[in-house]
Amino acid sequence: MSGDALALELRGITKRFGPLVANDAIDFELRRGEIHALLGENGAGKSTLMNVLYGLHHPDEGEIRLDGERVRIDSARHAIRLGIGMVHQHFMLVPVMTVAENLVLGTEPHRGPLLDYKQAAARTRELSERYGLAVDPDARVEDLGVGAQQRVEILRALFRDAKVLVLDEPTAVLTAQESQDLFRVLRALKEDGTSVVFISHKLNEVLDVSDRVTVLRRGKKIDTVETEGASERSLARLMVGRDVLLRVEKTDHSPGDALLEVRDLHVSDDRGLPAVRGLSLTVRAGEIVGVAGVDANGQSQLIEAITGLRKVDSGQVVVDGQDVTGYGALAAIRAGVGHIAEDRHERGLVLQFDLAENLSLLEYRKPSMASRGLLSPRRMDERAKKLLGDYDVRGGDTGTPASSLSGGNQQKVVIARELSADPKILIAAQPTRGLDVGAIEFVHRRLVEERDKGRAILLISLELEEVRSLSDRALVIYEGQIVAELPPAASEEEFGVAMTGGGRREAA
Amino acid sequence: MSAEPGAAPVTVAGRLSTYLRGGGIVTPIITVLLAFFVGGLVVLVTGHNPFSTYRAIFDGTGLNWFFPWTSSDDRTIAALNLQQTLIAATPLMLTGLAVAFAFRCGLFNIGGQGQYLVGSFMAVWVGSSFSGMPGLLHIILCMLAACAAGAAWAGIAGLLRATTGANEVISTIMLNWIAVWIGVWLFGLGGPLQSDTDKSVPISNDIAQNTHLPVFWGDPQLQGLHIGLFIALAMLVVFWVLLNRTRTGFEVRAVGFNPEAARSAGISVGRNYVLAMGFCGLFAGLAGSLDVLGWQHHLATNDVQISEVGFLGIAVALLGRNTAVGTMFAALLWGALVTGTSVRNLDPDVFEPALAANLTRIIQGLVVLLVSADILVVYLWQLRRRIRRRQGVAEEQPVQVAA
Repeated sequence: MSGDALALELRGITKRFGPLVANDAIDFELRRGEIHALLGENGAGKSTLMNVLYGLHHPDEGEIRLDGERVRIDSARHAIRLGIGMVHQHFMLVPVMTVAENLVLGTEPHRGPLLDYKQAAARTRELSERYGLAVDPDARVEDLGVGAQQRVEILRALFRDAKVLVLDEPTAVLTAQESQDLFRVLRALKEDGTSVVFISHKLNEVLDVSDRVTVLRRGKKIDTVETEGASERSLARLMVGRDVLLRVEKTDHSPGDALLEVRDLHVSDDRGLPAVRGLSLTVRAGEIVGVAGVDANGQSQLIEAITGLRKVDSGQVVVDGQDVTGYGALAAIRAGVGHIAEDRHERGLVLQFDLAENLSLLEYRKPSMASRGLLSPRRMDERAKKLLGDYDVRGGDTGTPASSLSGGNQQKVVIARELSADPKILIAAQPTRGLDVGAIEFVHRRLVEERDKGRAILLISLELEEVRSLSDRALVIYEGQIVAELPPAASEEEFGVAMTGGGRREAA
Repeated sequence: MSAEPGAAPVTVAGRLSTYLRGGGIVTPIITVLLAFFVGGLVVLVTGHNPFSTYRAIFDGTGLNWFFPWTSSDDRTIAALNLQQTLIAATPLMLTGLAVAFAFRCGLFNIGGQGQYLVGSFMAVWVGSSFSGMPGLLHIILCMLAACAAGAAWAGIAGLLRATTGANEVISTIMLNWIAVWIGVWLFGLGGPLQSDTDKSVPISNDIAQNTHLPVFWGDPQLQGLHIGLFIALAMLVVFWVLLNRTRTGFEVRAVGFNPEAARSAGISVGRNYVLAMGFCGLFAGLAGSLDVLGWQHHLATNDVQISEVGFLGIAVALLGRNTAVGTMFAALLWGALVTGTSVRNLDPDVFEPALAANLTRIIQGLVVLLVSADILVVYLWQLRRRIRRRQGVAEEQPVQVAA
């Protein structure tokens, strides 16, 4: 394969949604056998551009060339026929079917009227071996983990002879180890001549896996650069348009009294199985305690137990000397627990409520929000307006429904609400999940500021980097227990060992 | 990555809510027009003229009373008809609210009928007992008792939902039947509330004369319009204030949209389920008392079995988009439909009232269907635009693949 031949060329693509220009005359080139990263903040137009390529949107202007030939792509079906494969963030698999069945769906090999399942399974196995995409063809998709489901999606695209493979934020749902596995697969595909478009806003991954990077900002193409010679700093500047603090700047902490004490906590998950098993931890005023760990090791249940959202089997949660175990969410809030929820759509916000209402979710009980016994929308509004200004929430005013804000601004609303209740301790669960660098910077800076004001902050995150850079003390959770306390400066390897159960508990 | 601003929201619910924010009044109107159109086709099939039929139904509702050109003879009849329409709309507003309030809390209250019935039983019992009490006090006591009974009846479903997770749709349907058969037992032959004077008829005692609601328009002897209408209108205001200006309403709406987020904010979801159902029952129970005190004055087992005021409330709330104002208009529409097609009001030369009542049912069914299939109406609306856009694109770029 000649390295410089273009597999795909987008020229002057413009896509408007009403007054909003999502893509403004964007040029994009993809060489054969290249991994090309598409980098940009949320709302920069990455997904729109790829949806244009995949036939889900029609461009208002511009043209698409595949192997030098101009094409018009009407639908996803058409795109697939042209050899374009796409792995969406939300998988499009049939959960009750096996891997092989999912792969051949739509193009089933058959013997008479019956599905030739053996052949389907054989073809699946062949493909998965070729690219090191380990999956069992006979496994049911619903029984697979997220990483494996993603491999099935990739296999399906390859099964349909994709020459151009688009991956929309593929690592958002993966653990660090799974991400590395994915990158290995992508490199194997590249060797084989497949061209890959890798959409992401994580700088280190882009630097790790791609050959070239195209940066979008506010619907415009800013630049295309060779990955060699680019740095996190240079890419972040292209992406945000200004210098960004990638590292959290913080002074040494000076912890005070213990504000949160969790003692020998046992909590079960929804299926009644033990999820947190005898966990103890302490967070003091003015410190950030980070909890690192692989997903599903009891983090969610720990958070829910502390915030009063889940029943505790045994053990205690003590907030500033007050035992709140088993008294429910309101008791925890009253005792001074603030909660940046793991999932802001499920739990952090009422998406249909407007911003004033969302910002009042804790405050509406207070007399200050009422006049003559009735809730006062005017007072709620005034308070909300001030908070929106203080926290620099953009993209809407007090009457805007929360659903129409971007992820970063939604998170700012959650943080504004929780902090405005002046909590003693703040549970920050995955506080930067799905946010872009600008918003991450804001959240991190804010957490450090709140620490300096003397709040106790418990940070629970799947992003090891986040725990390492923010924490004053770092704990590792594994199978519902704290198995290690490491200095935040400890190496990734040390954390990795502990996170996979290789460590011994060292400190209380 | 979150959806890019401006891109069509992906989920059906998301699309629907976006649309509702945009033009909340458009869909109900389209829905009603579509239902009347299909109803017209049915009339056509039966060999009648849909236009004159609808005209006759319209005259039957008494709405022609508002037209200045109506002759004075017609106007007298129109006034009588309009009184009937408003009498019918009065309880519908309240049973509509009973469904709407539950919806706002994320619950589907099918039990308006049962709640309405227990309210009316209570009104009959209290109204026909305690004779010698001052009229106003007696009336208020009847209403309060009816509200309490309805609230308790609905509260059962709320409590079951909150404590055991039992689906309120199932439990309220069951409670409806329990209410109906309690009524049949109460007023049936030998029943505890059966008439003292006529032991051979399954009917209750009449309520005391001084508990009859005053009639402010028309002849009290000819079932004129009673002041219950104003009570219902006042409850629309109560509904709005309760939902939009009280802490309870704030909690109810938060729970209705996202129970998990509400719980995280320290709001008790179960408590709000019970409370919301209680308010629903209060509205429906009050409706029962207004009918009894306003024009029925007694109940027969037959009344209990054929009544469908509570069920109509579902259609009213759906069409009214679970808002106070919407519920009012939808209740007026339904009150008019029911009255306009009743045996007493529809001109039999134009269309047999027996058939017309079925026509009402057809229109009612279509509205419920179309409202429930709201997304279908939205889809058709969007399809129109999509086709137009596609045609536009096709003209610009006729070539699919050009070298």
